[in-house]
Amino acid sequence: MSRIGHAFENKKAFIAFVTGGDPDLETTEALIPKMAEAGADLIEIGIPFSDPIAEGVVIQEADVRALSAGTTTDKLFNMVKRVREKVEIPLVFMTYMNPVYTYGTEKFAGKCAECGIDGVIIPDVPFEEKDEVRDACKTAGIELISMIAPTSKERISMIAREAEGFLYCVSSLGVTGVRSRITTNISEMVNQVREVSDIPCAIGFGIATPEQASEMAAVSDGAIVGSAIVKIIAKHGRDCIEPVCEYVKEMKAAVASV
Amino acid sequence: MEEKKGRYGLYGGQYIPETLIPAVQEVEREYEKYKNDPEFRQELKYLLEQYAGRPSLLYYAEKMTKDLGGAKIYLKREDLNHTGSHKINNVLGQVLLAKKMGKKRVIAETGAGQHGVATATAAALMGLECEIFMGKEDTDRQVLNCYRMELLGAKVHPVTSGTMTLKDAVNETMREWATRMDDTLYVLGSVMGPHPFPMIVRDFQKIIGEEIRQQLMEAEGKLPDAVIACVGGGSNAMGAFYEFIPETSVRLIGCEAAGLGVDNPKNAATIANGTVGIFHGMKSLFCQDEYGQIAPVYSISAGLDYPGIGPEHANLYETGRAQYVPVTDDEAVEAFEYLSRTEGIIPAIESAHAVAYAKKIAPEFDKNQIIVVNISGRGDKDVAAIARYRGVEIFD
Repeated sequence: MSRIGHAFENKKAFIAFVTGGDPDLETTEALIPKMAEAGADLIEIGIPFSDPIAEGVVIQEADVRALSAGTTTDKLFNMVKRVREKVEIPLVFMTYMNPVYTYGTEKFAGKCAECGIDGVIIPDVPFEEKDEVRDACKTAGIELISMIAPTSKERISMIAREAEGFLYCVSSLGVTGVRSRITTNISEMVNQVREVSDIPCAIGFGIATPEQASEMAAVSDGAIVGSAIVKIIAKHGRDCIEPVCEYVKEMKAAVASV
Repeated sequence: MEEKKGRYGLYGGQYIPETLIPAVQEVEREYEKYKNDPEFRQELKYLLEQYAGRPSLLYYAEKMTKDLGGAKIYLKREDLNHTGSHKINNVLGQVLLAKKMGKKRVIAETGAGQHGVATATAAALMGLECEIFMGKEDTDRQVLNCYRMELLGAKVHPVTSGTMTLKDAVNETMREWATRMDDTLYVLGSVMGPHPFPMIVRDFQKIIGEEIRQQLMEAEGKLPDAVIACVGGGSNAMGAFYEFIPETSVRLIGCEAAGLGVDNPKNAATIANGTVGIFHGMKSLFCQDEYGQIAPVYSISAGLDYPGIGPEHANLYETGRAQYVPVTDDEAVEAFEYLSRTEGIIPAIESAHAVAYAKKIAPEFDKNQIIVVNISGRGDKDVAAIARYRGVEIFD
């Protein structure tokens, strides 16, 4: 079983997102092992992009901070390589197709494997365009994480059948960001997946409170939290490690209590 | 030109989040259903003729021809359309499609405001709600167009993310569409974005080239030797070129905004400086850095101030069927003034890029050869900016 698969073994997973290099690379490098210690089962590291069309304002601003601090894909690879020596949990990159394509898709995937990245999430590569990255990921031995959304409906089984690692279930329409309520029928989405695949399903977009996290984990295999963590980083800057880890502990407990 | 659905050679595709895929598939399905529907075609024809004023004139620019001493110059007068540019051709088609699809609301990005004004106009006419996303820098530069859109009943959202210009307006419109798509159609303004938009916008704009052929046949009994148009995303150029792609004797020339010069960072010349990338739903050429971060671009013309180009243009360039040339701010402003004085036609600063290149190459042509320049829009909106460029303070 892959490292990503293990993260879901006999438990509900708490998945944490941080933008790489926000507010600077040193902070991210220190933060990731501490988040793992605090209980994160899998960490998504965002490669900042100038034009992140699937992100709400919170992560857009994190991308701006990271890019202004001089973060590049190569610097992130070097940072992840050092972090990998300290953490056992799966690490995945989340970014957009252009930084991957421009880097050279095969070179990018190879470099991910070399640095201990287990998978990639690329929101602007839907099922129909998977050819763009699939072979490169396969060759390098990293997993390409697929997404399903509230609009996917009859597309769910087609996507789930070919999904690897875990399935990223988008909870709501729109972009990433904290929401007071999630109105999509998540169990129905997960059940549709279950009909064709036993791939773990993790719910993301809009989750911020422990109540939401346990509610989502109850009907799936895990909860993904991004904007709520990035907000803490935005507030505390380089002193974010302690408050982020407090938050991760609380969220992990909520997910585990299900 | 399409080899695979939504592809133009290497370029094109549907690189957008899963949330939006069912929405673009719905647009594709409905467009295929209506595009050959006699009733839809009849309604669109009526609107184009009775509301927008088509066909637009193909005017023989005699003074310009004599002055340049080479090819005969014809101007395709898209500036005479209702709302003052070629943008109306596309929005009448797309907003009519939105109405047929049962949508209640249209959203659109705009740069200078031409596409925003055209969309707001069509929405007012057809009774749909309209919201326009426009970079904060552009809402500040184009106060009049913002007010014009509001007069037409649209709501204008200034976009404050990123570089606060056209590309950011596109980002924000895509985000809005992903939030609300059941009753809303994104009316894209150029031959860009995910499939089917490059195809739909080209289909609604290709009337420009079809009219050029017919009008020139009547006037001269032959095809043009060259068709010249400005290129940002590339909708007016695609519209003018498409009819002539199979006619290999016709040179197709797109004029990109070179801003302060192709070697100066302040430019928007995507073909000259761009590399292959994947952004805004399409694989195409983009101005970007070595890590794929989209570059801030610059042009005096807000309508050409875009870091990419439509995928069909990227393919026309790669296959050598069309040629793309950079034109600087200085050259465009000079051509803006030249056409105003020589022919009494104030062109949009975007279109002035095409005029500038026509001026440059016309003397190299024989007197029996013909160049058609697409005057994609009128220049009223640019007068204040040109005055500022010349150091004259006026208030728009």
